[in-house]
Amino acid sequence: MAPSSQRFDLRRVTGRAVLTGMAHVGRVSILIGEFFRGLREVKIWLPRAMDEAWNIGVGSLFIVLLVSSFAGAVTALQAGYQFQGNLPWFVVGTLVTQSIILELGPVLTGLILAGRIGARYAAEIGTMRVTEQIDALESLGRSPASHLLVPKVVAGLVMIPVLVVFANVIGVATGWLAASQVMPVTNADFAYGAQAFYRPFDAYYSLIKAFFFAASITIIPCYMGFNTGQGAEGVGRATTGAVVSSSVLILLLDTLLAKLLLHQ
Amino acid sequence: MIELRNVSKRFGDLVVLDGVNFTVGDGETVALLGPSGTGKSVLLKHIIGLIKPDRGQVIVDGLEVPRLRREQLRQLRYKIGYVFQNGALFDSDNVFENVRLGISDTSKYDDEEYARKAVARCIELVNLPPDVMEKFPAELSGGMRKRVGIARAIVGEPKDLLYDEPTSGLDPVNSDIIDGLVKRLDQELGVTSVMVTHDVRGAFRVADRLALLSNGRIVMEGTQEEFLASKDPKVREFLERDFQASTFAERAE
Repeated sequence: MAPSSQRFDLRRVTGRAVLTGMAHVGRVSILIGEFFRGLREVKIWLPRAMDEAWNIGVGSLFIVLLVSSFAGAVTALQAGYQFQGNLPWFVVGTLVTQSIILELGPVLTGLILAGRIGARYAAEIGTMRVTEQIDALESLGRSPASHLLVPKVVAGLVMIPVLVVFANVIGVATGWLAASQVMPVTNADFAYGAQAFYRPFDAYYSLIKAFFFAASITIIPCYMGFNTGQGAEGVGRATTGAVVSSSVLILLLDTLLAKLLLHQ
Repeated sequence: MIELRNVSKRFGDLVVLDGVNFTVGDGETVALLGPSGTGKSVLLKHIIGLIKPDRGQVIVDGLEVPRLRREQLRQLRYKIGYVFQNGALFDSDNVFENVRLGISDTSKYDDEEYARKAVARCIELVNLPPDVMEKFPAELSGGMRKRVGIARAIVGEPKDLLYDEPTSGLDPVNSDIIDGLVKRLDQELGVTSVMVTHDVRGAFRVADRLALLSNGRIVMEGTQEEFLASKDPKVREFLERDFQASTFAERAE
């Protein structure tokens, strides 16, 4: 029989998890406060934000378009297979448009960028932490928030919604192409289906989701980077933690926003 | 004047500083000696407010550092130059931009011509060629990175200079160059300096006074002569790593 000290104590484990979670929430809140404080130093963060925006936008465009084009094509092909003979063909247009704009465009883009951008931010800031570059900034009387956090977050908040718009357009276009090439769906069918159930709010909803995902993709990895432990192992952990946490948060936000904005 | 009164700091169960008392007078150069892992860098980071003590007071120029508000701390940091162990240069900026970040006055920082001249002067002071300004940290040797780190620390014309292991990882020739540089800067700029090191020879070359940190406490403070004449086993054990016992008496004389 295991000694009492080694027994699984649910209360202790739960208590520790709650305290750790609260500590993370507290520290993230402080970081968000630092972000708003850092916004005042426009001269410092603006040029850096332009570089970051270029990196995020141009650097991620190819992979985002590649994934969204496959998502659009597969959605069209599977919809055609499922509803063959049961529903009119214009439904394919409805399904592709609604699936891409409401869900697949923002979520797939978010998850890809959580890996691409989130990992880079966590590794970059984490390495700066372990090599004392962040201490050096502070010792020079300069704010790590305005030099590191604000440019990355602002660039993400601006560029990620733009990438989602591109992903939506390409996703719908490839869905249309796949439907018209493989199934007896005419352009008129697809266009009618796409417009039949479309509401202008759908596009706003997609952008609102993209904005929240962008916050998750940038703030969480920066937080992980700033709180990196010692050495290369610490940077590795921060990077993995950043990708996993921001991906999970994207899925949580996805559910929460669907409930709050689509089912009032 | 820099003063630490009864400062204690622990990380988890590890007690790093245990009631440290340490004073550095204006214009003085003090070497803080001690083996690796004894908390020398932690002590140095208390002075500039990068770490807060669990107990005790850290006072710089009459200001209690842990109690300073954000803006007051920023103003204090403008007056202190900090040389990091491995330079801590920003990888994505070239040498010019790295050194320029040390200019604390915003109007001077934004003035391209002033910044060029100030950075060039400091690069020359640390014996680096002018063409190094366009290079990135990854293109520099360890010794050059340390000298760029020193240039960044002095470009803001600080009142106090803190050096964290300025010669660690360098060969003896480069160590001598850095020691000579530290000595020259102290004389030319008239700053108050604290140099954390485990290099006894370098400390003897540079410092007016020495302090030995062991097990979280200052076990001895004094001049070179007082250190060489000391019978304290901790002092002798530390010094004997660099000096043969037979040379103690000669040096003391």
